Amino acid sequence: MEIKKELTGNKLKISLEGRLDAVSAGDLDKVIQNDLNGIDELTFDFAALDFVASAGLRVLLVAQKRMNKQGTMKIFHVNEDVMDVLEMTGFSNFLDIVD
Amino acid sequence: MDSQDNKKLVIEATLENLSKVNDFVEEFLKEKECSPKVRMQLEVVVEEIFTNIANYAYGDDAGNVTIEGCLEDDAAKFRLKFMDHGVPYNPLKQPDPDITAGANERPVGGLGIFLVKNNVDDISYQHEDGQNILTIVKVI
Repeated sequence: MEIKKELTGNKLKISLEGRLDAVSAGDLDKVIQNDLNGIDELTFDFAALDFVASAGLRVLLVAQKRMNKQGTMKIFHVNEDVMDVLEMTGFSNFLDIVD
Repeated sequence: MDSQDNKKLVIEATLENLSKVNDFVEEFLKEKECSPKVRMQLEVVVEEIFTNIANYAYGDDAGNVTIEGCLEDDAAKFRLKFMDHGVPYNPLKQPDPDITAGANERPVGGLGIFLVKNNVDDISYQHEDGQNILTIVKVI
């Protein structure tokens, strides 16, 4: 998986490309742990994200819990496969998913 | 059932081997025109089961997983069996998470086996001869 970060002031955009699986989830976790200080607007671009399973959901939940304390979090361009997993687990109820 | 459809993979239970397990499963599916949705659901299932074994079955020790796959009923069904000699663990006894809870109320984790159960047509667990045996069946 490739992780691209764009920082503009207090806004961070993270674009994911490939598979957010048990192997790559750790890389995203590091970004969430290290790069969110002072961020009040976090956006994810999932346009090129093909796959997510529970290890990836775990990291998204940690990010959402953190951003609930310090700002907003939005997810853009979720594909159908990824959406299926978000819906099945009820994550679609609390994540702010934008078309 | 055609016995030629039976295949077996014995592999060390480490996360690095996940892609090899995915490749093993893909071998069964490539002959068959199964939908991208079914393919993705199986990928989720395989990832959750294999990573669970890799992360927990053997503690800090190394150990193997044996994975057996076969196509059944004229390739209408795919049966996949995961066997390990690790700590006895029946994942089907784990309670389902509350999927209506909000982010702040949610515990981190506990979704893996829930995703497995919801993406297969049948699942069973046995503990036999010191082995955990988890079998899933998926209509493909």
